[in-house]
Amino acid sequence: MARYVLKRLAIAPLLLIGIVTIAFVISRLIPANPLVSIVGERNMGNPTVVAAAEARWGLDKSIPAQYASYMGNLVRGDFGTSFRTKSSVWDDLTERLPATAELTLAALLFGAVAGVLLGVVAAVKRDRALDHLARLFALTGSSIPVFWLGLILLFVFYARLGWLPGPGRLPPRTLPPPHLTGFYTIDSLAAGNFSLFWNCAKRLIMPAFVLGWGLTGIVSRLIRASMLDELYADYVRTARAKGLAERTVMIRHVLRNALLPTITIIGLSFGALLTGAVLTETIFSWNGIGSYAVEATRTLDYPAINGVCILGGAIFILTSLVTDVMYAVVDPKIRLS
Amino acid sequence: MSEPLLELNDLHVTFPVSSGAIKAVRGLDLTVHAGEVVGIVGESGSGKSASMLSVLGLHGPAAQVSGSVRFRGRELIGAPAAELRHLRGGRIGMIFQDPMTSLNPALTIGRQLSEAVIVHQKGSKRTAGERAIELLDMVSMPNPKARVRSYPHELSGGMRQRVMIAMAMANDPDLLIADEPTTALDVTTQAQILDVLRRIRTERHLAIAIITHDLGIVAGIADTVNVMYAGRIVERGSVEDVFYRHEHPYTSGLLACLPRLDSRSELVPIGGAPPALDALPPGCAFQDRCPHVSLECMSADVQLAPVGATEAACVNAPIRGAAR
Amino acid sequence: MTVVLEAVTVSLVPARHPFLRALRRPQFAIGLGVLAFWILMIITVSWWAPYGPIEQAGDRLQSPNSSHWLGTDTLGRDVLTRTLYGARYSLPTAAAVIAFTVVIGSSLGALAGFRGGWIDTVIMRFSDVVLAFPPILLAMAVAAALGPGLRNTVLALIVVWWPIYARLLRGQVISIRHREHIEAAVSVGVPKRRILRRHILPLATTPVLINATMDFGQVVLLTASLSFLGLGAVPPTPEWGVLIDEGSRNFYQWWIALAPGAAILSVVLAFNFLGDSLRDVFDPRGRP
Repeated sequence: MARYVLKRLAIAPLLLIGIVTIAFVISRLIPANPLVSIVGERNMGNPTVVAAAEARWGLDKSIPAQYASYMGNLVRGDFGTSFRTKSSVWDDLTERLPATAELTLAALLFGAVAGVLLGVVAAVKRDRALDHLARLFALTGSSIPVFWLGLILLFVFYARLGWLPGPGRLPPRTLPPPHLTGFYTIDSLAAGNFSLFWNCAKRLIMPAFVLGWGLTGIVSRLIRASMLDELYADYVRTARAKGLAERTVMIRHVLRNALLPTITIIGLSFGALLTGAVLTETIFSWNGIGSYAVEATRTLDYPAINGVCILGGAIFILTSLVTDVMYAVVDPKIRLS
Repeated sequence: MSEPLLELNDLHVTFPVSSGAIKAVRGLDLTVHAGEVVGIVGESGSGKSASMLSVLGLHGPAAQVSGSVRFRGRELIGAPAAELRHLRGGRIGMIFQDPMTSLNPALTIGRQLSEAVIVHQKGSKRTAGERAIELLDMVSMPNPKARVRSYPHELSGGMRQRVMIAMAMANDPDLLIADEPTTALDVTTQAQILDVLRRIRTERHLAIAIITHDLGIVAGIADTVNVMYAGRIVERGSVEDVFYRHEHPYTSGLLACLPRLDSRSELVPIGGAPPALDALPPGCAFQDRCPHVSLECMSADVQLAPVGATEAACVNAPIRGAAR
Repeated sequence: MTVVLEAVTVSLVPARHPFLRALRRPQFAIGLGVLAFWILMIITVSWWAPYGPIEQAGDRLQSPNSSHWLGTDTLGRDVLTRTLYGARYSLPTAAAVIAFTVVIGSSLGALAGFRGGWIDTVIMRFSDVVLAFPPILLAMAVAAALGPGLRNTVLALIVVWWPIYARLLRGQVISIRHREHIEAAVSVGVPKRRILRRHILPLATTPVLINATMDFGQVVLLTASLSFLGLGAVPPTPEWGVLIDEGSRNFYQWWIALAPGAAILSVVLAFNFLGDSLRDVFDPRGRP
């Protein structure tokens, strides 16, 4: 198994190089002149300013030279400087990563748990009303536009009912808790600020639901299918022949075997989660990598665009690697080979 | 004769399908006494498995089961689920055909064995674990202490079937139902498994209902034989009587298919194919393939009746001049 | 209720051909119905709608009333009309993306699977890299590079989507290639291209069909997402994503965003239903 892991690890950097190259190519295709956003419209007519900016940002070199210097910098961990924020892209990203992580993890937790529950219900009550409802709920989750759902929920639960707070990670005019993990929920709890913790947790509810509903759909469909596959399997018949209660048979035998493929799917859904995160963060004014990406593309800030693409790609590759390893660990047939 | 342990009376098992209904079992009567080994033979589709699955209520929700199944006098058909669960793995154990798919691939065999124990007996996980090792010993599993931590896919077919037997015996049942226990195994392993069954049968005064299509297996372990065809028993008697003094044409046909070491006669298969179970002809189900068929066979509802040494369901038995 | 629905659809449709068999399921009928509705809208809306899609037809920001069933937006345009016209942009765009992606991706995939060797390696590594990108980031980057407008959106989405079909076809071709009747054809001397065209590809179409149907909905979603972010269709085009964006800027005028989102949901659900039903009919092992 170690060999399998190593092989996967070896390919990863090559994929990353590929991603970087493509991102670079794309960013150089931009017809609009990025200098406009750097020096401003008015200064475009001023040759001195333009020349200075070009030299400063390396835009006067040829494309291959730019590529080489970009790669060189990357290896040293330098992602360049954002045209928009004027600070290091690396700093921008690391500053915003915890926000996205907090949101994504909350969504993952919700999606996986709700998905498993719904899937089990749908499998056990197969073809009855509850099954159809569960499947419809799941299907809607994969079909509903995330940004629209966010708007609707905000309108209903914040604007009209006032049950939940509005967009944003923190209440207005409030400072974040002392930095420990970057997760405002954990940090405020660690600092003993329970009212802030509660507020931050409530602010997480709608975005996590919006982001996680799609995952619920995928997971519940898979669990249902896997369980139905196993429901009349021979070993299940043996379990019943041993005198086990139906519920024990379901959970200890059927579900356990149905969970194996689900782990893979959850891991592979990271891509979809990231997609959703971009849109969710925009709606809920969540200061994470997603909204950073949106602002970067709007302003043609290509160091930032590249940075986000590389980071996104790296996360993607990492999660599929971890998923594969986890699957190998959980499935005894692979682990022992 | 002592009171029977298991009594099946007029058992019917039907599966509704889109084209009609498949009558897998059509009026079966069967008795098993304590300590007796009853063999049930027949080809695929004869209803042998379907009949025994009804005992513990292990059919899926689609099956329609009617008639009477009595264990120690208690009626099992329609019994509350709790009562059935109590019997399953408790007083009645069951083993199945394919031990690879019949064991949970994700759990160790020790865990699966302990589970069988814990369901029915009080005790801690530790005592259940010790009992698991004892059980493996009982079925002659080599190196039981190490084996409890193995997964099913690490064991050979024969070893897995021993595990199945151990699981079924975990709570010292009175009756073991064995559904084609040797079919998925090679010949040498078959003999070993039969040995195990014979031994525990003697040691524990166990009654066994063994289902198989292999007459050799029946000869090796059973006391009485029931020959099934198209959902009914067509001949019944002691092993000796059925093998040497059978009366039903189907039984003759079955035995004629067996290769023999003592003569070089040709193997004579039974012509034709078993009838479709959702479109059975009136009268005897064997009529299309029977060399002795007569008009009466097509109308009468043929029942088991004593004929000579055995009971046979044939209006034309005893057949004069039939091959032995 | 589904029992009744099922009984109705079953009784209306004779069931010999697999396609007709698919129709018997209520899911399929609903999906087809919704799709038919939107196609009808696309074709006919300009004939009968009382207002135009960019016509300023009344007071601004009216809430729903009798003359404007879904109210008006910031420029006084009728929201219902704009939503219905939106189908003219969202659906054909998705159709174009799927069509090109399937053709390009499948060709590359079939080539890779059939030829093997370095062609296979090159195509597969390339698609691996593209697939390593989170799809929306890649789409955003390409869309930003190319500029706004639906045509560029189509290009961006093709870039993002083609590896999926390349992979799919390659897998299909490889597994079919090793089947016995293909080996038989090869041994008899049938030329390779003919084998590919007449023996392998017909067998591979079913998964492609099912996938394409399910993907249609996802492409509509992605198109709308890009427009919502300002990277796709531009105002005043009444593409659904643009409409929702307008709605988000007028948060308290809920009627502006409601209908376009519901429209997207209906289309995506319809395609998911269709895809599910097709999959149930052609490949019952892959149950939902």
